[in-house]
Amino acid sequence: MNLKRLITIFFLFFVSVEAIENNNNLTEIYKNLRCLVCQGQSVADSNSDFASTLKLVVQDQVKEGKSADEIYEFLISKYGEWIVYNPPFNKKNFFLWVLPYLFLILGGLFIYVLIRKNRHNKAN
Amino acid sequence: MLNNTGHLLIFLVMVLSLTIIYKSYLELKISSQKISNSIYQLSLFQSTFAISSFLVLIVAFINSDFSLINVYENSHSAKPLFYKIAGAWGNHEGSLLLWINILVIFSYFFLIFNFNHLKKFRLLTLIIQNLLILGFVIFLLKNSNPFSALEPVPSEGLGLNPILQDPALAIHPPLLYLGFVGCSIYFSAAMASMLANYRGKSFALSIKSWVLISWCFQTLGIIVGSIWAYYELGWGGFWFWDPVENASLLPWFAITALMHSVMVLEKRDNLYSWVIILCLLTFILSVTGTFLVRSGILNSVHTFASDPARGIYILIFLSLMILSSLLIFFKFYKKENYSFNFKSKETFILINNWFMTFFLVTVFIGTLYPIFLDVLTDVKISVGPPFYNIVIIPLVIPLLLLMVFGPQFNWINSNKFFSTKLIILILGAVGVNLFIFFIFGSYSFLTNLIFISSIFLIFYSLIELKKVLQKKIKYNLPRIISHLGFGMMVLFIGINHQYSLEDDFNLKVGEEKKFSHYEIFFDDIKLKEEKNYKAVIGNFRVKNIKNDTTQLLNPEIRIYANPETLTYEAAIKTRISSDLYLTMSNISRSDFYNIKFQNKPFMIWIWISALTIVLGGFLQLLNRRNEN
Amino acid sequence: MKISFYKIITFVIVFFLLIVFWLGLQKDNSYNTKSLVGTNLSSFNLPSINNEDTITENYLKNNKFTIINFFASWCAPCRIEHKYLLNLSNNGIKIVGVNFKDKKENALQFLNELGNPYEFVAQDVDGKASISFGIYGIPESIIVNDKLIVIKKVIGPINQQIYEEILENLK
Repeated sequence: MNLKRLITIFFLFFVSVEAIENNNNLTEIYKNLRCLVCQGQSVADSNSDFASTLKLVVQDQVKEGKSADEIYEFLISKYGEWIVYNPPFNKKNFFLWVLPYLFLILGGLFIYVLIRKNRHNKAN
Repeated sequence: MLNNTGHLLIFLVMVLSLTIIYKSYLELKISSQKISNSIYQLSLFQSTFAISSFLVLIVAFINSDFSLINVYENSHSAKPLFYKIAGAWGNHEGSLLLWINILVIFSYFFLIFNFNHLKKFRLLTLIIQNLLILGFVIFLLKNSNPFSALEPVPSEGLGLNPILQDPALAIHPPLLYLGFVGCSIYFSAAMASMLANYRGKSFALSIKSWVLISWCFQTLGIIVGSIWAYYELGWGGFWFWDPVENASLLPWFAITALMHSVMVLEKRDNLYSWVIILCLLTFILSVTGTFLVRSGILNSVHTFASDPARGIYILIFLSLMILSSLLIFFKFYKKENYSFNFKSKETFILINNWFMTFFLVTVFIGTLYPIFLDVLTDVKISVGPPFYNIVIIPLVIPLLLLMVFGPQFNWINSNKFFSTKLIILILGAVGVNLFIFFIFGSYSFLTNLIFISSIFLIFYSLIELKKVLQKKIKYNLPRIISHLGFGMMVLFIGINHQYSLEDDFNLKVGEEKKFSHYEIFFDDIKLKEEKNYKAVIGNFRVKNIKNDTTQLLNPEIRIYANPETLTYEAAIKTRISSDLYLTMSNISRSDFYNIKFQNKPFMIWIWISALTIVLGGFLQLLNRRNEN
Repeated sequence: MKISFYKIITFVIVFFLLIVFWLGLQKDNSYNTKSLVGTNLSSFNLPSINNEDTITENYLKNNKFTIINFFASWCAPCRIEHKYLLNLSNNGIKIVGVNFKDKKENALQFLNELGNPYEFVAQDVDGKASISFGIYGIPESIIVNDKLIVIKKVIGPINQQIYEEILENLK
């Protein structure tokens, strides 16, 4: 009974919100680009000359049918990897992407061993 | 005059530090049970002098005494009083003085509140804490002196960057420092515990309140910082995974892990070494964060005037801290017998720690990897939001589920596992998720899982909350509230992230733009002149076609005089279900204005849920006091 | 045995971190687009300032070296570097000017006033072309050879020192 009431309240809460259409693909790309002339801002957040020019170029390339990855590749070739916030997975960035998971696995193993050792002790 | 007073007080703090170290050292050899009164008095004097020196600095700021370089560089006589005062800790030198104040005050409080613990342990804690104090006082005097005099005395100051003149940002540094520097006391206590062989449960009891206090303030500090970013920076975001933000998150993960595992040490007398590692790590990470932020080694939005000499000093200090703690740790390490049963609370806490460490390592690597790569290969890369979203978000799902299952287990061993009630809850969560899906439209598989698991946690916490309120079962209220807050936060951030409506376009005065189900009219602009700035105010009407309502929004472009800065003030209409967010900025050499318009669902709920998390922490503090 | 293994690992990691921090402090961490040097210029097609003619990368193949200079009348440092450009041009170095986000009248006025060092003046009205050249703020200049490979990039105004370097290398 209580559960049902709870779930109903939750439903009602979300009904109060107006429906919203899906996100803008361009903004997603802008957000992944660093505005080179600003201090740590993305192109989406900045209105500097450089950022507004870059927005125009991205718009053009999207209209030409280029994918987001192709656009990033083009910009990396001109400005270096510094310009994208999502570092590409390559030889240099190997450890960046792999080390966190390595730690995750090692930590998991460690806990597993601790628990297993205990079971083992009990069995004896 | 004020500079001499300030110097004298700082100098006294330093001398007292040395005296306390010496006296405590002598006292270690005396076999009485009690610590002699003189040490209490010295410590009290030290706190008094430290606080007075800070008051002197505040007075200098209030009086706009430009004979101090620090005041000249960071204040202006036309500034409102509130920001004059906040200016005292809004800069590097002043904040370092605040930092020392907290070190000293925590040192004194730890001494007086832990009277029932072993004398040797308390004295050693005091000695180590005072070594930390000495280190920072020397740093302050040699390199970052807030009391340095300026000759001849200028008639006016340079002023404070206007984006820092915000109430949220004025209280942000003291909160954060209370959190970060508060960690110092259990760093010292951990070292002392190893040296004095004062281990196990009693050590846990001596530090747990301090862990809780610093956790509360750190969390609150981070939240206030995010609120400031949202209202002041004008991007509509509140967290950017910027290196400086990450630097504040690193100790937070460590302390959150510590807060959980210290319970295992208290209740089960287990995990001692791990708790020690976390105690040491939390403060080491706080100092590392300070190093990263203040040395200018990072590229960041958050500007702190940086200075390489400063960086080198903190780095030396950091190295000494890390090396001495490692040496002591390895020298005094004792093998422990772990006994864990899979179906027990301690196992789940261990798993919580596993996740926290993973988040910590991820953010650590993400923040530092660009520095490594730059130093080793001369390649510059940026690690930003996409990286963290990809690596961290999937692992939030199991964490949320663990937060439901974990607390149900008893210590040592329990037989509970799945119950029908939980299954109904999961089904309910799936139902609500489908409903969100139906209202908002499509989204990814991962987001579905995030929503389901967070709703699951929310349901579960609400049911438990109800039980507690009806006094049926004596559960742990603070924990339930914090976990409820966390579930809500994940859910609302998820929805907010997924369904923000956002566009960026250029308009001239008088033009309009149709976007999604909104029509935006740029009616006109007005000029306004205020005491310390001039502003261009835009008049916008935002019409929602669906329900035929119109909102008026007035973003501003402000031109501040001292120092000369341009800022963009967002116009934000906060409603229960969503925020409308509009910023306007001028485009150089044209009549167009760049407009950023966003509709951000459940924005206010993100703040509410984040504050709920902290509320749990403060309730726990009250609980502690009642217990004692 | 086991403990000493952990010990060694921990100390190695800590020393590595501290050394990297120390080296990081010594380094200038500001960003530049020097990585552009050595890459091939993308193909381009820009109209001249009078809209009478266009210029493509083929134009550059005729010269041993060409300087591509981005300038605008509203850009103050461009005025400062202008005399060096004139000198370079007088020394027989070919310079292509790209007028960046500017009004035609202002640009022509600017050249009338200060002199025209350019072999060809192209226009980039909305700035979009600048991205293909790896430009992020003006003034910037790129020096390419006849194989269309970027051999030098100058960020900010050309000064006496850079001027001498260019003169030495291109002669």
